[in-house]
Formats: sequence, structure tokens, C-alpha cells
Amino acid sequence: MIPELGHYALVLALVMALAQASLPMVGAARGIRPWMQLAKPAALAQFAFVAFAFLALMQAFASSDFSVAIVTQHSHSEQPLIYKLSGTWGNHEGSLLLWVLILTIFGALVALFGENLPPRLKARTLAIQAMISVGFLLFMLLTSNPFTRLNPAPVEGDELNPLLQDPGLAMHPPMLYLGYVGFSIVFSFAVAALIDGKVDAAWARWVRPWCLLSWSCLTGGVALGSWWAYNELGWGGWWFWDPVENASFMPWLIGTALLHSALVVEKRDALKSWTILLSILTFGFSLLGTFLVRSGIITSVHAFADDPTRGVFILALLAIAIGAPLSLYALRAPTLRGGGLFAPLSREGALVMNNLLLATMTATVLLGTLYPLLLDLTTGKTISVGAPFYLATFGVLALPLLLLMAVGPFMGWKRGDVRGALQRLVAAGICALGAAIIAVWIRSDGPLLAPFGLAAGVWLLVGTLIEFMERIRLFEGNPARIWNRARHMPRAAYGMSLAHFGLAVAVIGMTGAAAWKTENIKVLQPGQSLTLQGYEFRLESVGGIRGENYLADQAHFVVSRDGNAIANLYPERRQYLVQPMPTTEAAIRSTPLADLYAVIGEPDGKGGWIVRVYHEPLVSWIWFGALIMVAGGLTSLSDRRYRVGAPVRAGAAQAAKA
Amino acid sequence: MSRKRLRLYLVLATLVVLGIAATLILRALNEELVFFRSPTEVTTNRPDAGSLFRLGGLVETGTVEKQGEQVSFSVTDLSSAVTVTYRGLLPDLFREGQGVIVEGAFDDSGQFVAREVLAKHDETYMPPEVAKALKESGRWQETEGKTQPAVTQ
Amino acid sequence: MRRLVFLLPIAIVAVLVALFWIGLDPNRDKSVLPSALVGNPAPAVDLPGLVDGAPRLNLAQFKGQLVAINFFASWCLPCRAEHPLLQQITAEFGVPVIGIAWKDKPEAAHAFLQELGDPYVATGIDHNGRTGIDFGITGVPETFLVGADGTVLYRFAGPVSDDGLRNELAPAIAEAKK
Repeated sequence: MIPELGHYALVLALVMALAQASLPMVGAARGIRPWMQLAKPAALAQFAFVAFAFLALMQAFASSDFSVAIVTQHSHSEQPLIYKLSGTWGNHEGSLLLWVLILTIFGALVALFGENLPPRLKARTLAIQAMISVGFLLFMLLTSNPFTRLNPAPVEGDELNPLLQDPGLAMHPPMLYLGYVGFSIVFSFAVAALIDGKVDAAWARWVRPWCLLSWSCLTGGVALGSWWAYNELGWGGWWFWDPVENASFMPWLIGTALLHSALVVEKRDALKSWTILLSILTFGFSLLGTFLVRSGIITSVHAFADDPTRGVFILALLAIAIGAPLSLYALRAPTLRGGGLFAPLSREGALVMNNLLLATMTATVLLGTLYPLLLDLTTGKTISVGAPFYLATFGVLALPLLLLMAVGPFMGWKRGDVRGALQRLVAAGICALGAAIIAVWIRSDGPLLAPFGLAAGVWLLVGTLIEFMERIRLFEGNPARIWNRARHMPRAAYGMSLAHFGLAVAVIGMTGAAAWKTENIKVLQPGQSLTLQGYEFRLESVGGIRGENYLADQAHFVVSRDGNAIANLYPERRQYLVQPMPTTEAAIRSTPLADLYAVIGEPDGKGGWIVRVYHEPLVSWIWFGALIMVAGGLTSLSDRRYRVGAPVRAGAAQAAKA
Repeated sequence: MSRKRLRLYLVLATLVVLGIAATLILRALNEELVFFRSPTEVTTNRPDAGSLFRLGGLVETGTVEKQGEQVSFSVTDLSSAVTVTYRGLLPDLFREGQGVIVEGAFDDSGQFVAREVLAKHDETYMPPEVAKALKESGRWQETEGKTQPAVTQ
Repeated sequence: MRRLVFLLPIAIVAVLVALFWIGLDPNRDKSVLPSALVGNPAPAVDLPGLVDGAPRLNLAQFKGQLVAINFFASWCLPCRAEHPLLQQITAEFGVPVIGIAWKDKPEAAHAFLQELGDPYVATGIDHNGRTGIDFGITGVPETFLVGADGTVLYRFAGPVSDDGLRNELAPAIAEAKK
């Protein structure tokens, strides 16, 4: 009964979306106020219906209702509750529903908190948001209905893929989609502005909080996915440049560029058409990601489906959703009046370089992702593009960006003092050089990028600190005044420092982990040990254990250094109930300096077990850096100046009401 | 600073960055691409020792042998087979008779040493590249005069 | 000139969409594979039954009639989806279907058939997958049409769908019966 209601709710949501997509748009064009005002209740109703459908699906999973097809395919009655619930989005149909839910959440938020948006802009934005909804709701109802029933209902389900039964991966899709789909509202704002024919500082100010929120969530989502891969896949790796990973990385890169260019629009009324373009493209990349993952067009270790008919639908959606706005852009953008002039060496100039580099980096990732497909279509040859390609292109391009990031904040608007900035950054330069020397000393035969990467990371780290200290004039006056200055510094400034700092930390972590990772592999009998980097891993025993829905071989390692035991590690090899493939659960001991990572493989039939251990320096810096970046984004978001609906300069708001 | 001047600088900067990017990309494409080959291709045209590539096919049943951390097995496309040695943990999805892709190179003694063994996270289907290679080897066989596909031994 | 720059994004997108459109072409679909086996005598099949006491499955005993061989497994999801349609092969076209449980546990395969129904005229268990390899299957499910003289006439990869049954298997069966 409830699944049917859920299905019905989706249909109702579609009806609402159709109304929301059409009437407010016409209302805005013709000045029919009631039609424009219809957008708000429609958005709220749409959200309510989709939320109901989502809860209905979740209920089906929670209660192990195997009469619903996807519950049978992706759940099992003996699974822990958290994985029954996360199974809701651990499949194609359910995750689509999550996508649409978040789409409607953002629409509802704008409807609720956009009180001092100009009515026309608000109406048009919500209308476009609804158009996207219509596309995805149709896709779901026509090709991927989550509520399809099985009759008769099986007695037991096929179990959620064991790889997905992990807390990190349970939270990864919601976080990622908040990011991905969050940019849809920025997209809608941009298209609405194009229709309006006007982009100004006020627009940029309204858009900023949505940008920040989406960016923060996307950062968290990508980081979660990477952290999961590290913990769960058993290879000590955390990024494989897999098409699906790249699909979530590209919106992040462009989204970062957008965040920075919107700043220029807001402060200097410049870079307008470029910012609009980025707004369209960021969400465009999100849609592209959806297409790549669900159409089966690209082989990936974790693609969702191989259904070409679904692929065609999404392609059509992609073509319309990006094609129409870009056509409008080609038409309208030339008429957007250019803004303030600035010297090339200025903060604006630095931000332009930032955008240029980020856009180019995104293009290289796109190229790398699509190249195998392109080659396959034209020559039939099958190739794979892996980490070496990306490091040689993306990695190299990232270096000037990191260098620039420390200098940019020192530059003034309109005209900046590069010389002065560099003089203040001398300390950072020295530290960076030192880091490079250390890198070469630790491993002189390592990858060439490593010392550069580490130097760039340290440069940015120290440089951001220096800028912060200067801003609060850390060495002038008494502590009370310093504290006062710190307290009154705008949150957005804190946000920037935190985000840049976080990135620096993450980059240092990435360089360390990638460049200095070592491993050892051996067959061990209980009582034997293997050594790595001065650590001794002694296999004490291997026993069988039973979890809620799996059986496992669990090994007990005692790790010691110089004869002192420092840790116990318990890696497992799990066999879940239904799916025949065993999964590895790595045991990790994390310290700020390095991770010790142990994995147990198959028994050799003679009482021994094959084991693999890794030593990964600085890898936990990656996760901490990401966390700091998210904190930075959220801090900026909390800046009162950027909250939509706050009584921002009423004069400006009045003037903007066109 | 006039608008024209500014635009000129912008165009210049764009060209420089794109130029650098293009150079990097072309270099990387030349050096860093990993080609996919089937056992038949490799048997007829032995790649140079040390040249990294991906080999795909089915894991021949009955050929998996483990000696400590070393494991060896045969990868076949039902037409030719290549013996692969690998030092490490096999992925959880690695099974005899299933599709597999191994990345590695031939060493100086003519032995294929795998650096990575990849299995797709889906039990029922094999990587499309492997399926394609099998298909191509089948077709190759047909034009050779309809011999029975090599039954794995 | 300036206007042209603004057309660049849509132009690039158009090219990409075209690329993807070609890429989605179902003729590229990996499940449509010509089989090396088609036109050749079917490999020997001699497998144990699913339960103790069940007769062995031997393809030779079906010589003289057109049969379909369906490779399935209890752990295979698409096999579940196609299962009801297997009955139709016999009911509508009069072709008996032999089932081979591939790389499966006999108890699991047996339970699978108990749960979903047994459309097979005979069943065997290919525990180590050898028979599957002999037939050159690329996964399960896969269905073969074997003629009265023991030649493999047709190979259908992937789950038998309504479409697949009507548009591919049915004509193949009609051909075979001529």
C-alpha cells in the first residue's frame, strides 16, 4: 500500500513541477503577479510529495518489504538497520529519488528564504528549478520506477552489495548529491538572470550562499568517497581517477572557480558573463556525471547500470538542460554590460588566473575521462587512462594555482602590489624550499612531482598563516586589541583562510601518501612476522568471527617498533550472507605522521595466510584538510552578509527590484 | 588601462595557459597511455619487454597456482593463452573462468609480470574490453576456417 | 567576432552530445557478440544433477531434437528476471529447455528452482564452470539453441526479455525448424 502511495506521490510531484515550471515563467514575462507567487506553494508542495515518496521507499527498506523490487535486489533482512536505510540510495532508482528530493529541497529553501528576492527573479528561478524536476521525475516514472513490485514477493532479499555496507559509503551519496544538486539552484538563478537580461552585484550576493553550501557539501562528499575507498578497497589507495570519481571531481573544480568569479561580480561588477557561464557549466558537469555513471557508456569499476535506453533518456535530458541555457547564453551574454576595469596584477587579475587554471584543469580531467571512449569510437582501440596521465597534466597545472593562492589574498582590488606580497611571503618561500629538500632527501628516486607538490603545499600553508597574522596584525599592540581585531574580522575572511589552509593540508597529505607509500607482502603462519619501515607486524592468530550478517576470518596483528608493542590490528576477510564474493576489511592505525595499514588475504591451505601491509605517511592529512575546507565553506556561509533573506542594505534591494 | 588592453592581456594569458596545458596533454598521451591487448594479439605480436599494457581475458580454469605470495595463472581468450605471474593479494572478485584484466609487462625472460589485477565489481558480467577481445578472437577463428575454439586444458 | 566566442560553449557541448549519442549505440552493446560456437557441434555436456539421486544431465540423450540450453545461477539477478520467460520457450515454441547451473552450489540452485519454478526438462550443475567455458559463455544468463544434429544454431547473451524472445529467439527457432 505504502509503495503505491509513494508512486502516486511522485506523479503528483510531477504535476506540481509542471505547474511550477510554466505558470511562474509566464507570470514573470507578463507581469501577472498571482502566477509568479504560485511558485512558492508549488515548490513547497513538490518537496512535500517527493519527501513522502522518499520516506515511503525508506520505509520499504527499513521493514524489508521484499515485494518492492529494488528492496529485494539491494537488501536483506539480517542487515544492520543503518545499511537497510542506506540501501534506499544504494541503487540506481533510489539514488535518483534522492537526487530529486534534494532538487526539491533547494527549491523549497529558495521559496521559503527568498523573501527579498525580486519577484521576477524568484519566479523564474523556481520555474527553471521545476523544469529540471520535470526531467528527472519523468525519467524516474518512465524508466526507473523505484516502486516496481515483485509478485510474488520473495522471502529474502539479495543483500546490499557488501562493498556498500560501510558507514562512509552510507553517507557518501547524500553528501555528494547535496553538493551536485545544490548547484542546480545556482544554475537556475543564472538562467533566470539571462532571461531577465541583467546580472549585477545583487545577483551575485544572492547566489553566493547557495554556491558556498553546495561547494562545502561537494567537498565533503568527494572526500567521503575517497576516505571510503581507502578504508574499504584494501589497496591503501584513495583516488584512482576512475570516471565516476572524475565525474564528481569536475563539478567541484568548476564550482570552486565559480565561487571565486562570483566574488568579482559582487565586488567589482566584472566577469559577469563568465560567471553565468560557469553557473551553467557547474550543474552541467553534475548532469554529465549522472550520465556517465548511469548510462553504461564508460566502463568503470563502479558504474551503476548498463541500460542504453536509460542512457538515451539522460543524454536527452543533458542535451536539453545544457543546450538550451547555453543557446540563451550565446544570445544574451554579449549584451551584459562589462564592469569595472582592473590592472592585470590585481586581485581581480589573480582571480581570473585562478579561474583560467581551474577551467583548464577541469578540461584535462574531462579529456582524460572521455579519451578512451573517443579513441574506441574512432579507431576501435581500447586504452586506459590512469594516474600517470593525470599527474602529468592536472598535477602540473595545479602547481601554479597553489602558488597563486598564497599571493592572491595579499592583492588589492583594481591594482595590487605583487612585489610587496612576495616580500611578505619570503618566510613561506623558505619553508617551501626546505620542504622540497626534505622530500628529495627522504626519497631521492621518487616521482618528480613529489618535491614540487610538497613545496607548493607548504608554501600555501605558511602563506595563508602569514596573511591571517597580518590581517589581525598579530604582532602589534596588546593581546586584547589583537583579540578584538580577530573577533571583528568578517567570517567570510575566516572562511577563506580556513579553506585555503585546508587545501594546503590536504595537498601535503596527498603528496606524502602518494610519494612515500611503501608496502610489504608475505605469507605468514601464526607466530611469524614481517617488517616494514622499522615496524614489525607479528601475526598472532587468525580466528573466525560472526557479525550481524557475515562470517569472517579475523587476524590479530601486534605491531611493534624497537621491540615495544604499539598497536593491535584486526583485519578481516568477510563473507556476507548472499553475495558470494568475500570482502576485505583493512585494519588501519592512524597517526598524524603516518598510517599503518594491514590486509589479510586468502589462506594458503597449509595454515599460512597471505598478508599485505602498507606504510602511508601523512595520509590522514588528506581527510583533515578536507574537513578544514568544509569548515571554511560553512564559516563563510554563516557570514550574515551572505544569508539570503537577511535585511541586506534595503536601499540596494529596492533599487534592484526591477 | 583601457578595456582593450585588459582584453588583450586576458587573451594572452588564456593562450599561454591553454598552450601549456596542450603541451602537457600531448606529452602525457604519448607516454602515459596504457593499451589493452588480448592474449591472441600478444601471442602474435609480442610487445617489448618493459612496455606496460593491460591484458584481458578469462582466467583459465585449473591454471591458478599459488606459491607463497606469488601466484601464477593463465589468461585466455579461448584462442590463445598467456601465463601471468603476480606477487600480491588477488582481488576478491578474482575467479577461475571469470573475466579479468591484468596490468603489467613482459620481463626480459618473456614472462608476463602483472603489477595489478583488476576485477569488475559485478559478478555476472565481464569487462567490456574482455568481451570485445573474446569476440574478436572468435571472429579471427572463424575466418581461419571454423576450427573448434580452443577448449581450455 | 565577439559574438562567436559566446557560441563556443554550445558548440563544444553539441560535439560532446554527438559523441555520447554514437557511444550509446546499442550495436556497440557488449552483449551482442557473435559466438565462435555457432555453426559448430555443441561441446559435450555430462554433469551431475542438482540433488542426490537425480539423474545426470547428458546432452547426448537429446540428440534428434531441437533444444535450448540455459546457463543460470542462483546468485545471478538477471537470471531471476528472465526465469518466467523460459517457460514460454517451451509453452509457445515447443522447444524443451535444459538448465545448467553455472558455478553454483547444488542446494542453492535447487532452492532457486523451488522458489521460482522449474521450467527445465533436465538440469545439471556445472560446479567449476568448465562446461560454461566450453560453450564460451561470457557470463550468466546465456541461452543456446542446439539443433537436432547437435550443432549450435544460436546464442543469446544476457537475460531473455520479451523483446529478445520475440525478435531474436523466435526467428532463430523458426529457422531451425525448417
